[in-house]
Amino acid sequence: MILLVTLLSGTASRVTAAEIPALAAASDLKFAVEEIAAQFRASTRREVKLVFGSSGNFYRQIEHGAPYQIFMSADEDFVFKLAKAGRTEDQGQLYAVGRIVLYAPHRSRLAIDEQLAGLKAAAAAGQVRRFAIANPEHAPYGRAAEQALRKVGLWDTLRPRLVLGENVSQAAQFASGGSAEGGIFAYSLALSPQIAKLGRHVLIPEAFHDPLRQRMALVKGAGESARAFYRYLQEPPARGVLKRYGFTLPDERT
Amino acid sequence: MDWEALRLSLRLAGWTILVLLPIGIVLGRVLAWRRFRGKALVESLLALPLVLPPTVLGYYLLVALGNASPLGELYESVTGRQLVFSFGGLLVASVVFNLPFAIQPMQRAFEGISQEVRDAAACCGLTRWRTLWRIELPLAWPGIVSALVLTFAHTLGEFGVVLMVGGNIPGETRTIAVSIYDRVQAFDDAGAAVMSATLLVICLAAIGATYFSASRMSGRGHG
Repeated sequence: MILLVTLLSGTASRVTAAEIPALAAASDLKFAVEEIAAQFRASTRREVKLVFGSSGNFYRQIEHGAPYQIFMSADEDFVFKLAKAGRTEDQGQLYAVGRIVLYAPHRSRLAIDEQLAGLKAAAAAGQVRRFAIANPEHAPYGRAAEQALRKVGLWDTLRPRLVLGENVSQAAQFASGGSAEGGIFAYSLALSPQIAKLGRHVLIPEAFHDPLRQRMALVKGAGESARAFYRYLQEPPARGVLKRYGFTLPDERT
Repeated sequence: MDWEALRLSLRLAGWTILVLLPIGIVLGRVLAWRRFRGKALVESLLALPLVLPPTVLGYYLLVALGNASPLGELYESVTGRQLVFSFGGLLVASVVFNLPFAIQPMQRAFEGISQEVRDAAACCGLTRWRTLWRIELPLAWPGIVSALVLTFAHTLGEFGVVLMVGGNIPGETRTIAVSIYDRVQAFDDAGAAVMSATLLVICLAAIGATYFSASRMSGRGHG
Protein backbone atom coordinates (compact mmCIF):
# COMPACT_ATOMS: atom_id res chain seq x y z
CA MET A 1 0.00 0.00 0.00
CA ILE A 2 2.79 2.39 0.96
CA LEU A 3 4.57 1.38 -2.22
CA LEU A 4 1.47 2.16 -4.22
CA VAL A 5 1.15 5.58 -2.64
CA THR A 6 4.80 6.35 -3.36
CA LEU A 7 4.40 5.27 -6.95
CA LEU A 8 1.30 7.38 -7.41
CA SER A 9 2.83 10.42 -5.80
CA GLY A 10 5.74 9.91 -8.16
CA THR A 11 3.48 10.42 -11.14
CA ALA A 12 1.86 13.44 -9.52
CA SER A 13 5.21 15.16 -9.04
CA ARG A 14 5.96 14.86 -12.74
CA VAL A 15 3.87 17.95 -13.26
CA THR A 16 6.39 20.04 -11.36
CA ALA A 17 9.34 18.22 -12.92
CA ALA A 18 8.11 19.21 -16.35
CA GLU A 19 8.66 22.85 -15.45
CA ILE A 20 12.37 22.21 -14.94
CA PRO A 21 13.83 22.42 -18.43
CA ALA A 22 16.06 19.66 -19.71
CA LEU A 23 19.25 20.57 -21.51
CA ALA A 24 20.99 18.24 -23.94
CA ALA A 25 24.74 18.79 -23.98
CA ALA A 26 27.62 17.10 -25.79
CA SER A 27 29.61 14.89 -23.45
CA ASP A 28 32.79 17.00 -23.70
CA LEU A 29 30.87 19.61 -21.69
CA LYS A 30 30.16 17.26 -18.81
CA PHE A 31 32.24 18.91 -16.11
CA ALA A 32 32.13 22.48 -17.39
CA VAL A 33 28.37 22.73 -17.80
CA GLU A 34 27.74 20.98 -14.49
CA GLU A 35 29.75 23.72 -12.86
CA ILE A 36 27.93 26.45 -14.78
CA ALA A 37 24.56 24.97 -13.85
CA ALA A 38 25.52 24.91 -10.17
CA GLN A 39 26.40 28.63 -10.34
CA PHE A 40 23.18 29.33 -12.22
CA ARG A 41 21.12 27.56 -9.56
CA ALA A 42 22.85 29.45 -6.78
CA SER A 43 22.46 32.86 -8.37
CA THR A 44 18.98 32.57 -9.88
CA ARG A 45 17.34 29.83 -7.79
CA ARG A 46 16.15 28.31 -11.04
CA GLU A 47 16.69 24.69 -11.97
CA VAL A 48 17.92 22.98 -15.12
CA LYS A 49 18.23 19.27 -15.77
CA LEU A 50 21.42 18.27 -17.54
CA VAL A 51 21.63 15.37 -19.95
CA PHE A 52 25.00 14.51 -21.49
CA GLY A 53 25.53 12.34 -24.51
CA SER A 54 26.56 12.29 -28.13
CA SER A 55 25.53 15.27 -30.22
CA GLY A 56 24.36 13.06 -33.07
CA ASN A 57 22.03 11.16 -30.74
CA PHE A 58 20.56 14.39 -29.40
CA TYR A 59 20.14 15.71 -32.92
CA ARG A 60 18.09 12.67 -33.82
CA GLN A 61 16.02 12.83 -30.65
CA ILE A 62 15.27 16.54 -30.95
CA GLU A 63 14.42 16.07 -34.61
CA HIS A 64 11.80 13.60 -33.43
CA GLY A 65 10.43 15.91 -30.78
CA ALA A 66 12.41 15.00 -27.64
CA PRO A 67 11.48 17.46 -24.88
CA TYR A 68 14.88 19.18 -24.55
CA GLN A 69 14.73 22.94 -24.37
CA ILE A 70 18.38 23.74 -25.04
CA PHE A 71 20.77 21.84 -27.30
CA MET A 72 24.51 22.35 -26.83
CA SER A 73 26.13 20.50 -29.69
CA ALA A 74 29.81 19.66 -30.14
CA ASP A 75 29.33 19.96 -33.89
CA GLU A 76 27.59 23.07 -35.19
CA ASP A 77 26.21 21.27 -38.22
CA PHE A 78 23.67 19.49 -36.06
CA VAL A 79 22.31 22.84 -34.86
CA PHE A 80 22.17 24.15 -38.42
CA LYS A 81 20.24 21.08 -39.51
CA LEU A 82 17.75 21.44 -36.68
CA ALA A 83 17.33 25.12 -37.49
CA LYS A 84 16.63 24.22 -41.09
CA ALA A 85 14.05 21.66 -39.96
CA GLY A 86 12.43 24.34 -37.85
CA ARG A 87 13.07 22.55 -34.57
CA THR A 88 15.19 25.28 -33.00
CA GLU A 89 14.28 28.93 -32.66
CA ASP A 90 17.19 30.10 -34.81
CA GLN A 91 20.70 29.17 -35.85
CA GLY A 92 21.80 29.69 -32.27
CA GLN A 93 25.14 30.82 -30.91
CA LEU A 94 28.67 29.59 -31.30
CA TYR A 95 29.61 29.19 -27.63
CA ALA A 96 33.02 27.53 -27.72
CA VAL A 97 35.69 26.04 -29.91
CA GLY A 98 37.06 22.78 -28.57
CA ARG A 99 40.60 21.43 -28.48
CA ILE A 100 41.98 17.93 -28.21
CA VAL A 101 44.80 16.49 -26.12
CA LEU A 102 47.10 13.53 -26.21
CA TYR A 103 46.70 11.81 -22.87
CA ALA A 104 48.61 9.07 -21.08
CA PRO A 105 47.61 7.52 -17.76
CA HIS A 106 50.23 7.36 -14.99
CA ARG A 107 50.89 3.65 -15.53
CA SER A 108 51.67 4.19 -19.18
CA ARG A 109 55.27 4.76 -20.29
CA LEU A 110 54.13 6.70 -23.33
CA ALA A 111 56.12 9.92 -23.83
CA ILE A 112 53.74 12.69 -24.74
CA ASP A 113 54.55 15.78 -26.78
CA GLU A 114 52.44 18.01 -28.95
CA GLN A 115 53.93 16.85 -32.24
CA LEU A 116 53.00 13.25 -31.26
CA ALA A 117 56.63 12.17 -31.80
CA GLY A 118 56.66 10.05 -28.63
CA LEU A 119 53.49 8.31 -29.71
CA LYS A 120 54.97 7.69 -33.13
CA ALA A 121 58.12 6.16 -31.66
CA ALA A 122 56.13 3.98 -29.25
CA ALA A 123 53.82 2.83 -32.04
CA ALA A 124 56.78 1.99 -34.28
CA ALA A 125 58.33 0.00 -31.43
CA GLY A 126 55.08 -1.90 -30.93
CA GLN A 127 54.64 -0.54 -27.43
CA VAL A 128 51.14 0.78 -27.99
CA ARG A 129 48.72 -2.06 -27.51
CA ARG A 130 45.57 -0.04 -26.98
CA PHE A 131 44.89 3.58 -27.81
CA ALA A 132 41.52 5.22 -27.13
CA ILE A 133 39.66 7.77 -29.22
CA ALA A 134 35.97 8.48 -29.72
CA ASN A 135 34.36 6.76 -32.68
CA PRO A 136 35.35 8.96 -35.67
CA GLU A 137 32.32 7.75 -37.61
CA HIS A 138 29.97 9.84 -35.58
CA ALA A 139 31.71 11.64 -32.69
CA PRO A 140 33.12 15.10 -33.59
CA TYR A 141 36.03 14.61 -31.18
CA GLY A 142 36.75 11.22 -32.70
CA ARG A 143 36.88 12.83 -36.10
CA ALA A 144 39.35 15.43 -34.83
CA ALA A 145 41.47 12.67 -33.29
CA GLU A 146 41.52 10.80 -36.59
CA GLN A 147 42.54 13.95 -38.46
CA ALA A 148 45.38 14.58 -36.01
CA LEU A 149 46.63 10.99 -36.31
CA ARG A 150 46.46 11.20 -40.10
CA LYS A 151 48.29 14.51 -40.02
CA VAL A 152 51.33 12.91 -38.39
CA GLY A 153 51.02 9.75 -40.48
CA LEU A 154 50.05 7.54 -37.57
CA TRP A 155 46.51 6.57 -38.54
CA ASP A 156 47.31 3.38 -40.43
CA THR A 157 49.82 2.19 -37.82
CA LEU A 158 47.53 2.80 -34.88
CA ARG A 159 44.26 1.77 -36.47
CA PRO A 160 44.35 -1.89 -35.38
CA ARG A 161 45.21 -0.72 -31.85
CA LEU A 162 42.31 1.67 -31.44
CA VAL A 163 39.58 1.26 -28.87
CA LEU A 164 36.63 3.40 -29.81
CA GLY A 165 34.53 5.17 -27.24
CA GLU A 166 30.85 5.58 -28.03
CA ASN A 167 31.31 9.27 -27.22
CA VAL A 168 34.28 11.38 -26.18
CA SER A 169 33.56 10.86 -22.51
CA GLN A 170 33.83 7.10 -22.86
CA ALA A 171 37.03 7.57 -24.87
CA ALA A 172 38.42 9.55 -21.92
CA GLN A 173 37.36 6.80 -19.55
CA PHE A 174 39.02 4.12 -21.72
CA ALA A 175 42.19 6.22 -22.05
CA SER A 176 42.51 7.02 -18.36
CA GLY A 177 41.40 3.66 -16.95
CA GLY A 178 44.86 2.15 -17.23
CA SER A 179 43.95 -0.50 -19.78
CA ALA A 180 45.15 1.60 -22.71
CA GLU A 181 48.54 3.26 -23.24
CA GLY A 182 46.79 6.53 -23.92
CA GLY A 183 44.26 8.32 -26.03
CA ILE A 184 43.13 11.49 -27.72
CA PHE A 185 40.06 13.26 -26.41
CA ALA A 186 38.64 16.65 -25.44
CA TYR A 187 40.86 19.11 -23.59
CA SER A 188 37.86 20.04 -21.43
CA LEU A 189 37.71 16.49 -20.06
CA ALA A 190 41.47 16.26 -19.51
CA LEU A 191 41.26 19.43 -17.40
CA SER A 192 38.55 18.06 -15.11
CA PRO A 193 40.02 17.11 -11.73
CA GLN A 194 38.63 13.57 -12.02
CA ILE A 195 40.57 12.79 -15.19
CA ALA A 196 43.55 15.11 -14.65
CA LYS A 197 44.60 13.19 -11.53
CA LEU A 198 44.81 9.91 -13.44
CA GLY A 199 47.41 10.94 -15.98
CA ARG A 200 49.28 13.52 -18.06
CA HIS A 201 48.17 15.37 -21.14
CA VAL A 202 49.51 17.70 -23.80
CA LEU A 203 47.51 19.97 -26.10
CA ILE A 204 47.51 18.99 -29.77
CA PRO A 205 48.03 21.94 -32.19
CA GLU A 206 44.82 23.39 -33.59
CA ALA A 207 46.22 23.11 -37.09
CA PHE A 208 46.13 19.29 -36.86
CA HIS A 209 42.36 19.09 -37.23
CA ASP A 210 39.28 20.98 -38.40
CA PRO A 211 38.05 23.40 -35.75
CA LEU A 212 35.60 21.88 -33.27
CA ARG A 213 33.00 24.62 -33.50
CA GLN A 214 30.40 24.06 -30.81
CA ARG A 215 27.04 25.71 -31.22
CA MET A 216 23.96 25.87 -29.05
CA ALA A 217 20.36 26.83 -29.67
CA LEU A 218 17.02 27.08 -27.93
CA VAL A 219 14.64 24.38 -29.04
CA LYS A 220 11.22 25.66 -30.09
CA GLY A 221 8.86 25.90 -27.17
CA ALA A 222 11.61 26.55 -24.62
CA GLY A 223 10.32 27.98 -21.35
CA GLU A 224 11.42 30.89 -19.23
CA SER A 225 13.99 28.96 -17.15
CA ALA A 226 15.62 27.60 -20.28
CA ARG A 227 15.82 31.08 -21.76
CA ALA A 228 17.38 32.37 -18.57
CA PHE A 229 20.00 29.63 -18.65
CA TYR A 230 20.66 30.22 -22.34
CA ARG A 231 21.37 33.86 -21.57
CA TYR A 232 23.43 32.90 -18.55
CA LEU A 233 25.63 30.68 -20.71
CA GLN A 234 26.70 33.77 -22.66
CA GLU A 235 27.53 35.88 -19.62
CA PRO A 236 30.99 36.36 -18.10
CA PRO A 237 30.73 33.85 -15.22
CA ALA A 238 29.73 31.00 -17.53
CA ARG A 239 32.26 32.04 -20.16
CA GLY A 240 34.89 32.08 -17.44
CA VAL A 241 34.13 28.46 -16.61
CA LEU A 242 34.28 27.42 -20.28
CA LYS A 243 37.61 29.20 -20.61
CA ARG A 244 38.93 27.46 -17.53
CA TYR A 245 37.98 24.13 -19.10
CA GLY A 246 40.17 24.96 -22.08
CA PHE A 247 37.60 26.10 -24.60
CA THR A 248 38.46 28.93 -26.97
CA LEU A 249 35.69 31.48 -26.70
CA PRO A 250 34.23 33.06 -29.79
CA ASP A 251 33.35 36.72 -29.99
CA GLU A 252 29.80 37.48 -29.03
CA ARG A 253 28.86 38.23 -32.61
CA THR A 254 30.42 35.26 -34.42
CA MET B 1 26.31 -4.90 -43.93
CA ASP B 2 29.09 -5.49 -41.45
CA TRP B 3 29.87 -9.17 -42.04
CA GLU B 4 32.89 -9.05 -39.79
CA ALA B 5 30.66 -8.00 -36.88
CA LEU B 6 28.15 -10.74 -37.64
CA ARG B 7 30.91 -13.35 -37.79
CA LEU B 8 32.32 -12.06 -34.53
CA SER B 9 28.92 -12.24 -32.84
CA LEU B 10 28.37 -15.79 -34.10
CA ARG B 11 31.82 -16.78 -32.89
CA LEU B 12 31.17 -15.21 -29.49
CA ALA B 13 27.81 -16.95 -29.23
CA GLY B 14 29.37 -20.25 -30.27
CA TRP B 15 32.14 -20.06 -27.69
CA THR B 16 29.66 -18.97 -25.03
CA ILE B 17 27.47 -22.05 -25.46
CA LEU B 18 30.54 -24.27 -25.65
CA VAL B 19 31.74 -22.99 -22.28
CA LEU B 20 28.28 -22.98 -20.72
CA LEU B 21 27.26 -26.47 -21.87
CA PRO B 22 29.33 -28.41 -19.32
CA ILE B 23 28.81 -25.74 -16.64
CA GLY B 24 25.07 -25.85 -17.20
CA ILE B 25 24.88 -29.65 -17.09
CA VAL B 26 26.88 -29.92 -13.88
CA LEU B 27 25.17 -27.05 -12.06
CA GLY B 28 21.75 -27.88 -13.49
CA ARG B 29 21.97 -31.46 -12.17
CA VAL B 30 23.25 -30.39 -8.77
CA LEU B 31 20.56 -27.75 -8.34
CA ALA B 32 17.83 -30.09 -9.57
CA TRP B 33 18.57 -33.04 -7.28
CA ARG B 34 20.70 -31.99 -4.36
CA ARG B 35 19.68 -30.16 -1.26
CA PHE B 36 22.32 -28.23 0.57
CA ARG B 37 22.72 -25.25 2.81
CA GLY B 38 22.76 -21.98 0.97
CA LYS B 39 21.11 -23.46 -2.12
CA ALA B 40 18.68 -20.55 -2.32
CA LEU B 41 21.61 -18.17 -2.20
CA VAL B 42 23.44 -19.98 -4.99
CA GLU B 43 20.31 -20.04 -7.11
CA SER B 44 19.74 -16.34 -6.50
CA LEU B 45 23.30 -15.48 -7.48
CA LEU B 46 23.03 -17.52 -10.66
CA ALA B 47 19.72 -15.86 -11.55
CA LEU B 48 21.04 -12.38 -10.84
CA PRO B 49 22.05 -11.52 -14.43
CA LEU B 50 18.35 -11.85 -15.37
CA VAL B 51 17.44 -8.77 -13.41
CA LEU B 52 20.73 -6.90 -13.08
CA PRO B 53 21.11 -3.97 -15.48
CA PRO B 54 23.84 -4.74 -18.03
CA THR B 55 25.56 -1.55 -16.93
CA VAL B 56 26.05 -2.90 -13.40
CA LEU B 57 27.64 -6.02 -14.77
CA GLY B 58 29.60 -3.93 -17.26
CA TYR B 59 30.96 -1.76 -14.51
CA TYR B 60 32.08 -4.70 -12.36
CA LEU B 61 33.64 -6.43 -15.35
CA LEU B 62 35.50 -3.28 -16.28
CA VAL B 63 36.92 -3.16 -12.76
CA ALA B 64 37.54 -6.91 -12.55
CA LEU B 65 39.09 -7.39 -15.98
CA GLY B 66 41.19 -4.23 -16.24
CA ASN B 67 44.93 -4.81 -16.18
CA ALA B 68 45.15 -3.08 -12.82
CA SER B 69 43.04 -5.91 -11.35
CA PRO B 70 44.41 -9.23 -10.04
CA LEU B 71 42.43 -11.20 -12.64
CA GLY B 72 43.59 -8.92 -15.44
CA GLU B 73 47.20 -9.15 -14.27
CA LEU B 74 47.05 -12.91 -13.97
CA TYR B 75 45.60 -13.25 -17.46
CA GLU B 76 48.23 -10.93 -18.87
CA SER B 77 51.12 -12.72 -17.20
CA VAL B 78 49.87 -16.10 -18.48
CA THR B 79 48.82 -15.16 -22.00
CA GLY B 80 50.74 -11.93 -22.56
CA ARG B 81 47.50 -10.36 -23.70
CA GLN B 82 45.02 -7.98 -22.15
CA LEU B 83 41.66 -9.26 -21.03
CA VAL B 84 39.78 -6.01 -21.24
CA PHE B 85 39.04 -4.75 -24.80
CA SER B 86 39.62 -8.24 -26.15
CA PHE B 87 37.58 -11.18 -27.39
CA GLY B 88 38.59 -13.14 -24.29
CA GLY B 89 37.21 -10.43 -22.03
CA LEU B 90 34.01 -10.33 -24.01
CA LEU B 91 33.67 -14.10 -23.66
CA VAL B 92 34.09 -13.88 -19.89
CA ALA B 93 31.39 -11.20 -19.81
CA SER B 94 29.13 -13.21 -22.06
CA VAL B 95 29.49 -16.39 -19.98
CA VAL B 96 28.64 -14.55 -16.77
CA PHE B 97 25.75 -12.75 -18.38
CA ASN B 98 24.25 -15.94 -19.77
CA LEU B 99 24.52 -18.13 -16.66
CA PRO B 100 20.78 -18.07 -15.92
CA PHE B 101 19.83 -18.58 -19.57
CA ALA B 102 21.93 -21.73 -19.71
CA ILE B 103 21.42 -23.16 -16.24
CA GLN B 104 17.73 -22.63 -15.58
CA PRO B 105 16.27 -24.57 -18.54
CA MET B 106 18.74 -27.39 -17.88
CA GLN B 107 17.83 -27.45 -14.20
CA ARG B 108 14.12 -27.71 -15.08
CA ALA B 109 14.90 -30.50 -17.51
CA PHE B 110 16.80 -32.51 -14.90
CA GLU B 111 14.06 -31.86 -12.35
CA GLY B 112 11.67 -33.50 -14.81
CA ILE B 113 13.51 -36.82 -14.57
CA SER B 114 11.76 -38.80 -11.83
CA GLN B 115 13.53 -40.42 -8.92
CA GLU B 116 12.22 -43.86 -10.00
CA VAL B 117 13.94 -43.63 -13.35
CA ARG B 118 17.23 -42.75 -11.71
CA ASP B 119 16.78 -45.50 -9.11
CA ALA B 120 16.05 -47.98 -11.86
CA ALA B 121 19.18 -46.98 -13.67
CA ALA B 122 21.20 -47.47 -10.50
CA CYS B 123 19.55 -50.88 -9.89
CA CYS B 124 20.51 -52.02 -13.37
CA GLY B 125 24.11 -51.51 -12.34
CA LEU B 126 24.81 -48.63 -14.63
CA THR B 127 27.78 -46.53 -13.64
CA ARG B 128 27.24 -42.84 -13.02
CA TRP B 129 28.80 -41.93 -16.36
CA ARG B 130 26.65 -44.45 -18.22
CA THR B 131 23.56 -43.22 -16.39
CA LEU B 132 24.41 -39.70 -17.45
CA TRP B 133 25.02 -40.64 -21.08
CA ARG B 134 22.30 -43.23 -21.60
CA ILE B 135 19.48 -42.06 -19.32
CA GLU B 136 19.79 -38.49 -18.04
CA LEU B 137 21.10 -36.60 -21.06
CA PRO B 138 18.65 -38.16 -23.55
CA LEU B 139 15.76 -37.32 -21.21
CA ALA B 140 16.99 -33.82 -20.46
CA TRP B 141 17.98 -33.14 -24.06
CA PRO B 142 15.08 -30.81 -25.02
CA GLY B 143 15.82 -28.62 -22.02
CA ILE B 144 19.52 -28.57 -22.81
CA VAL B 145 18.89 -27.63 -26.43
CA SER B 146 16.54 -24.83 -25.50
CA ALA B 147 19.09 -23.57 -22.96
CA LEU B 148 21.76 -23.47 -25.64
CA VAL B 149 19.53 -21.76 -28.19
CA LEU B 150 18.41 -19.16 -25.66
CA THR B 151 22.00 -18.50 -24.70
CA PHE B 152 23.07 -18.27 -28.32
CA ALA B 153 20.33 -15.82 -29.26
CA HIS B 154 20.80 -13.81 -26.11
CA THR B 155 24.53 -13.43 -26.83
CA LEU B 156 23.78 -12.14 -30.31
CA GLY B 157 21.50 -9.55 -28.77
CA GLU B 158 23.72 -8.48 -25.88
CA PHE B 159 24.55 -4.81 -26.14
CA GLY B 160 25.05 -2.90 -22.90
CA VAL B 161 27.88 -4.99 -21.48
CA VAL B 162 29.69 -5.13 -24.81
CA LEU B 163 29.42 -1.39 -25.23
CA MET B 164 30.93 -0.87 -21.79
CA VAL B 165 33.81 -3.37 -21.80
CA GLY B 166 34.41 -4.02 -25.49
CA GLY B 167 35.87 -0.82 -26.88
CA ASN B 168 34.33 -1.38 -30.31
CA ILE B 169 37.38 -2.93 -32.01
CA PRO B 170 36.57 -4.31 -35.48
CA GLY B 171 37.05 -8.06 -35.61
CA GLU B 172 37.79 -8.25 -31.90
CA THR B 173 34.95 -6.72 -29.89
CA ARG B 174 32.64 -4.98 -32.37
CA THR B 175 29.61 -7.23 -32.27
CA ILE B 176 26.65 -6.99 -34.61
CA ALA B 177 24.52 -5.26 -31.96
CA VAL B 178 27.16 -2.57 -31.40
CA SER B 179 27.68 -2.24 -35.15
CA ILE B 180 23.96 -1.57 -35.63
CA TYR B 181 24.15 1.12 -32.97
CA ASP B 182 27.12 2.66 -34.81
CA ARG B 183 25.26 2.63 -38.12
CA VAL B 184 22.33 4.45 -36.53
CA GLN B 185 24.67 6.98 -34.93
CA ALA B 186 26.38 7.56 -38.25
CA PHE B 187 22.97 8.20 -39.85
CA ASP B 188 23.37 5.14 -42.05
CA ASP B 189 19.79 3.91 -41.69
CA ALA B 190 20.07 1.56 -44.65
CA GLY B 191 23.00 -0.28 -43.07
CA ALA B 192 21.21 -0.47 -39.73
CA ALA B 193 18.06 -1.78 -41.42
CA VAL B 194 19.86 -4.61 -43.21
CA MET B 195 21.73 -5.74 -40.12
CA SER B 196 18.68 -5.47 -37.88
CA ALA B 197 16.67 -7.58 -40.29
CA THR B 198 19.45 -10.18 -40.42
CA LEU B 199 19.57 -10.39 -36.67
CA LEU B 200 15.79 -10.57 -36.46
CA VAL B 201 15.69 -13.52 -38.85
CA ILE B 202 18.50 -15.39 -37.09
CA CYS B 203 16.94 -14.94 -33.66
CA LEU B 204 13.46 -15.84 -34.88
CA ALA B 205 14.82 -18.96 -36.56
CA ALA B 206 16.64 -19.97 -33.38
CA ILE B 207 13.69 -19.42 -31.08
CA GLY B 208 11.27 -20.92 -33.60
CA ALA B 209 13.40 -24.05 -33.87
CA THR B 210 13.28 -24.63 -30.11
CA TYR B 211 9.53 -24.16 -29.92
CA PHE B 212 9.08 -26.47 -32.87
CA SER B 213 11.29 -29.17 -31.41
CA ALA B 214 9.73 -28.72 -27.96
CA SER B 215 6.23 -29.23 -29.33
CA ARG B 216 7.36 -32.29 -31.27
CA MET B 217 9.04 -33.69 -28.18
CA SER B 218 5.98 -33.24 -25.99
CA GLY B 219 3.80 -34.62 -28.78
CA ARG B 220 5.95 -37.74 -28.89
CA GLY B 221 5.82 -38.04 -25.11
CA HIS B 222 2.04 -38.12 -25.03
CA GLY B 223 1.60 -40.10 -28.22
